[in-house]
Amino acid sequence: MNFEPVIGLEVHAHLKTDTKIFCSCSTKFGAPPNTHVCPVCLGMPGVLPVLNKKVVEYAMRMAFATNCEIAGESRFARKNYFYPDLPKGYQISQFELPIAEHGHVDISLPNSTKKRIGITRIHMEEDAGKSIHDPGRPVSFVDLNRTGVPLIEIVSEPDLASPEEAGAYLRQIRMILRYLSISDGNMEEGSFRCDANISVRPAGQTELGTRAELKNINSFKFVEKALAYEIKRQISVITGGGRVIQETRLWDTAKNRTNSMRGKEEAHDYRYFPDPDLVPLVIDDAWMDAVKKSLPELPDARRARFISDFDLSEYDADLLTADRKTADYFEACIATGAPTKLCANWIMGELAAALNARGKSIDQSPIPADALAKLLCLITDNVISGKIAKTVFEEMIETGKPAQTIVEEKGLVQVSDASAIEAVIDEVMTNNPDEVEKYRAGKKKLMGFFVGQVMRATKGKANPGVVNKILTNKLS
Amino acid sequence: MQLYELTIHEARDLLEKKEISALELTESVLARIDAVDDKTDAYLTVTADTARARAKAADKAIAGGTAGPLAGIPLAIKDLICTRGVRTTCASKILSDFVPPYDAAVMERLSTAGAVMVGKVNMDEFAMGSSTENSAFKNTKNPWDLTRVPGGSSGGSAAAVVADMCLGALGSDTGGSIRQPASHCGVVGLKPTYGRVSRFGLVAYASSLDQIGPLAKDVTDAAILSGVISGYDRRDSTSADRPVPDYGAALAGDVTGRTIGIPEEYFNSKGIDPDVRAAVENAISALKDAGAKCIDISLPHTPYAVAAYYLIAPAEASSNLARYDGVKYGFRDMSATALSDMYTASRSAGFGPEVQRRIILGTYALSAGYYDAYYKKASQVRTLIINDFKNAFKKCDVIAGPVAPTPAFSLGEKTQDPLTMYLSDIFTLSANLAGIPGLSVPCGFSKSGLPIGLQLMGNYFDEAILFDTALCVERAMGIAHKRPRL
Ligand SMILES: [Zn+2]
Repeated sequence: MNFEPVIGLEVHAHLKTDTKIFCSCSTKFGAPPNTHVCPVCLGMPGVLPVLNKKVVEYAMRMAFATNCEIAGESRFARKNYFYPDLPKGYQISQFELPIAEHGHVDISLPNSTKKRIGITRIHMEEDAGKSIHDPGRPVSFVDLNRTGVPLIEIVSEPDLASPEEAGAYLRQIRMILRYLSISDGNMEEGSFRCDANISVRPAGQTELGTRAELKNINSFKFVEKALAYEIKRQISVITGGGRVIQETRLWDTAKNRTNSMRGKEEAHDYRYFPDPDLVPLVIDDAWMDAVKKSLPELPDARRARFISDFDLSEYDADLLTADRKTADYFEACIATGAPTKLCANWIMGELAAALNARGKSIDQSPIPADALAKLLCLITDNVISGKIAKTVFEEMIETGKPAQTIVEEKGLVQVSDASAIEAVIDEVMTNNPDEVEKYRAGKKKLMGFFVGQVMRATKGKANPGVVNKILTNKLS
Repeated sequence: MQLYELTIHEARDLLEKKEISALELTESVLARIDAVDDKTDAYLTVTADTARARAKAADKAIAGGTAGPLAGIPLAIKDLICTRGVRTTCASKILSDFVPPYDAAVMERLSTAGAVMVGKVNMDEFAMGSSTENSAFKNTKNPWDLTRVPGGSSGGSAAAVVADMCLGALGSDTGGSIRQPASHCGVVGLKPTYGRVSRFGLVAYASSLDQIGPLAKDVTDAAILSGVISGYDRRDSTSADRPVPDYGAALAGDVTGRTIGIPEEYFNSKGIDPDVRAAVENAISALKDAGAKCIDISLPHTPYAVAAYYLIAPAEASSNLARYDGVKYGFRDMSATALSDMYTASRSAGFGPEVQRRIILGTYALSAGYYDAYYKKASQVRTLIINDFKNAFKKCDVIAGPVAPTPAFSLGEKTQDPLTMYLSDIFTLSANLAGIPGLSVPCGFSKSGLPIGLQLMGNYFDEAILFDTALCVERAMGIAHKRPRL
């Protein structure tokens, strides 16, 4: 029997606001424990939450970008449970009335078709703190810096039919979050987390199988692995005559398997109810319009524009738009008049490699976009050859000097003067009579040898086009 | 006459004229606390030293002409209003050592106005109760009869005011916790419109119902205190961003042309004591005599208010009190070795029986499978009660009725029967559920000499009309100056 998996994902993304969702503490990651705290996020008696409007705007951006309907009135609710890293004994979240519902995103499948994935809802909530358990002593510590850091939860429909689709969906969501500049989408730092609901059913059956909830998948790499493992597990349970039970399972990175999270934590009744400390969140048309207008161009639209306006291949457009900053860099480059294809090649080739080697992102590039564009213009203006340009580029990365300066200082200007080149060629031919004879006898491959000799004699500065032309003439 | 006997407005006049000093006034009140509080047990903490320092500062401000509206006025504060650097216990073992590093919004306002806090007063634990017998620390006695309760939960505030151990006090009212003790002790108490006074720094019992309000020796004082503590605060999202009228200036005591609605449901109640009925009816006829028009109205959903309240308030409380878990501050049972045992042991020993009862009740009402039948249904009843009042205020300006079905009951009389205790709030709960203002003003005494209050309820933000109507009652009854002998 053939089985098909049915997968829905719940993505939690930290929002990059400066301050927390209900107080004015900093959201910065990595501070010493319990330094970004105040009576409000510590859950002290009598203090009250005040909603950070930025959080609402960021959530609205994501809602627009995923084609959701934004609720004119939504509510915050309390999710009640006891845990030491949850100082109030409840998490403020949204439950019955989330800020946005009924959206979708399109993902690209390997056969280069698109698939539409439904977004059930997006809601805002506060993060909890962190418990740190001492392995040596029966003691636990609590760090509440993260308490109250804003999150949005993006819940997909169970539209994903394979671990690969789940991966593509996650990457798409992360790309949108980054384009909107609302989240880092960093899974390893915990600013982007994912739970999965997964079930299998015999192919063709419309009724859903019993699902398991997978938690603790804290890296992009593990998402597809964990889902693949779980699909296999569920299929083998069913074909072995058993039944899948509805439960929460944790991904064990070390053992590459999922484990049942049996016990108390299963039995949670969160007793959601509307938070009486916060009034209903009303979003009027003016606010919606203002946020809508502030949206940047989204990845899909930008990709399409790159293909149609700049004549780029789908492959190039995919790579250049995968990250908003790369796409921005590319557009800044071509704005100075450098040719699009050359810019694309250099950004995805030399620049990406150099930045990667130095562990830098493109917005930290020692070569700003206009400086790279000027370098590339030196090639198209025949001032330097492509080969020399690579040398100049290396120097630019190290020193940050403009291309023109390096070319002048090192005397790298290309020699295109036919008489000067002719003199060098004559000398090369005189010094290599055997090769000249062999070439003339039909060994045309020797052209490369002559070009190499000329280049060596001119330290690479001879214009290769001119060299080729004159050599062909003289040797024939 | 002793200085502690002064009302706020009387003391203000004398201070302004420099006939008395703020320090003398504070010393007089502190001496009074010393003299009589072992009989009444109203105070949990007396802040004599800081009070003297504040009084001296007030004298300077008065001399320099920079005095605020409450400069040098000694006040008592219910012990669930956070006071920076001063223990705030909520009369609970679980917070017995809790010292807030911040002031409640009302404390900031009092401080700016120049008021002098003389101490923190007793209450039912976390404001849950109607007799102050649920305090973890002591029973406050009714100064009119030391064998009786002062009412609750703001029993310490009411007792301190009527026993002249302060010139005025702040309490909080979630289901009648200001009005009922005000009635039982013979002082004026106001529960303002929900949102009128910031809840920032008020330790929450039931967030959608709680309001801070004044308890005072007369209507004028209550109006003055209300004016100081009311107003918008961005730290409380439920706070109303609208101007605060000058309540004191609006006082005329003239009810000519005002329509008073008499809700039949408040008088048909079987449990209403004949003395209470007589005193309340007497006050209503006084209003009629003064030119008010009295009409019969109906608040048909009144019988469901107690049930709705005892689902909504405990539900919110069960969540609000979850933070007292022994982890961060407050009482922790140190003998427990596992996390869940620590929670259970700390909360079982830290909370008293009534608080535990309401946490269990509220947890149940919010549980999966019961939410719709209990919490949600109660919220729907709440909407019906709101509509009752909206309809009533189309016909009248003020609603008048009893505050409590009986005068102050005896200590221990109802402690074994929580349901009977719950019914003592039957006339006051509706104003909290609806969010409208309600006021208690003394209108007479029972045959055994216990005070009885008249309740006046008004439309949203109509506190000024309540004060003015109450002043008319106060003048007609002529009992505002009466004090118990201690
Ligand atoms: Zn904070």
